[in-house]
Amino acid sequence: MSFLDLLELDFVQTALIAAAVLGLVAGVLGPLVVTRKMAFAVHGTSELAFTGGAAALLLGISVGYGALAGSIIAAVLLGVLSRRESDRDSVIGAILAFGLGMGILMLSLYKGRSKNKFGLLTGQIVGVDSTDLQLLVISSIAVLVVLAFIYRPLFFSSVDPDVAISRGVPVRGLSIVFAVLVGVATALSVQVVGALLVLALMITPAAAAMRLTASPLRATVLSVVFAEVAAVGGILLSLQPGLPVSALVTAVSFVIYLVCRGIGAVQRRST
Amino acid sequence: MTAISLRGARLSYGDRVLWDGLDLDVEPGEFLAVLGPNGSGKTSLMRVLLGLQQLSSGSVEVAGGNHAIGYIPQQRALEQSMTLRGRDLVGLGLDGYRWGLGVRNRRERRVRVDEAIAAVGASRYADAPLGLLSGGEQQRLRVAQALVGDPRVMLCDEPLLSLDLANQRVVSELIDKRRREADTAVLFVTHELNPVLPLVDRVLYLVGGRFRVGKPDEVMNSATLSELYRTPVEVVRVRDQILVVGAGACEEQTHHLTAEAAS
Repeated sequence: MSFLDLLELDFVQTALIAAAVLGLVAGVLGPLVVTRKMAFAVHGTSELAFTGGAAALLLGISVGYGALAGSIIAAVLLGVLSRRESDRDSVIGAILAFGLGMGILMLSLYKGRSKNKFGLLTGQIVGVDSTDLQLLVISSIAVLVVLAFIYRPLFFSSVDPDVAISRGVPVRGLSIVFAVLVGVATALSVQVVGALLVLALMITPAAAAMRLTASPLRATVLSVVFAEVAAVGGILLSLQPGLPVSALVTAVSFVIYLVCRGIGAVQRRST
Repeated sequence: MTAISLRGARLSYGDRVLWDGLDLDVEPGEFLAVLGPNGSGKTSLMRVLLGLQQLSSGSVEVAGGNHAIGYIPQQRALEQSMTLRGRDLVGLGLDGYRWGLGVRNRRERRVRVDEAIAAVGASRYADAPLGLLSGGEQQRLRVAQALVGDPRVMLCDEPLLSLDLANQRVVSELIDKRRREADTAVLFVTHELNPVLPLVDRVLYLVGGRFRVGKPDEVMNSATLSELYRTPVEVVRVRDQILVVGAGACEEQTHHLTAEAAS
């Protein structure tokens, strides 16, 4: 089949739409996640999305809902248990390890097709059907709407918490709401790139963008562009050679990151 | 109308009383310095005024509430890679507490932010990454951030800490100018009175549950401080500086509202 023939396949088109939606959500959330130093929290949340997905598989319900439930529970747990920033690392580590263990246990009890098992960890975007896509689009819109509403005070409390508190911003509450938003976005990404590689969509593009500019708005726009290029570009590149989507998404994302680090280093030296 | 008013205020954690029976009125345009050793409740007082800490008893009133407070924290090292410019910091001081994206009134907002930045002489570096600026430049922008919201009360939490003498003077004069021009009350927490001594109207000195309020000369003398510390303390005036001998070194302290809010 030629490249263009491949593009006309239904499941490829569904995959591309899913990737574009995810790129948008992950790209918008990314700079806030990086500013709040939540990369490890995102990783932990995505592992628990895997646990939730495995539980759903075992119970015979949709993996998408299971992943969503898993990562929202994880996000709330992390938000409540790690009130002190110094605790956060170890709390995530403890929950992550337990969650992964449970996930593996549930997968071993599952008697169905093993292809489903592997997909939870490494992504199976070509397996996304129209029901999954619907869930993805609706959840993404919900995340973006909530984010638009809380954006200013959330940004304030992310970059300047002491002064934000003094101005009456509910810093604690916002951090839990944000953790839930990240949890939802993570659960959605799990379906596309898998639990192990969520960071490639949510952290790497934002980290790359933040190397290039000190303007928060420009950083967010660039982060969305990079996430889109990685997600959509990764799928397109994977079609013809038939390589795993997640491998190419992460590779594209990482190349962008390296290039931006290089440009950033040159910029800093010249100023 | 009084800017800050405390009546019979008491703050205690379990058996430990930080202060009790504190009556304090700060008038508009007044500059009050808050002094005392570590753990005497200076930061707790700040937290009470910000509404982050309940009094154990008594009452507190701050004119206009949180949105009329300009808060200046101490300077501390920011990450160089932080995606934030001085302009963004000042803008957050204006309307960062409001919900939504803030896409309306962008032009008016920009004018007010530009004015605030120009007023502290920071226009030249307002678009540079904040993390690459010097401590003095950052604190000027902090003053602009506090002033852009047109505060009736300024709460300054060791804003001169870790600045050199020239920058200490610039920053304290900017704060002084504001209270003279706009009648903003200033409550200035510090462990080093000398840099702001010419500006100070009154001093609140806190030590181990005891306190004294008065003009600098009324509080900063050997008899009063010896009584507060309950040990012989010698206060010496050298030129226009006040030296306190025997009260134990006031070592540098770092405290953050967030760190304490979290505990």
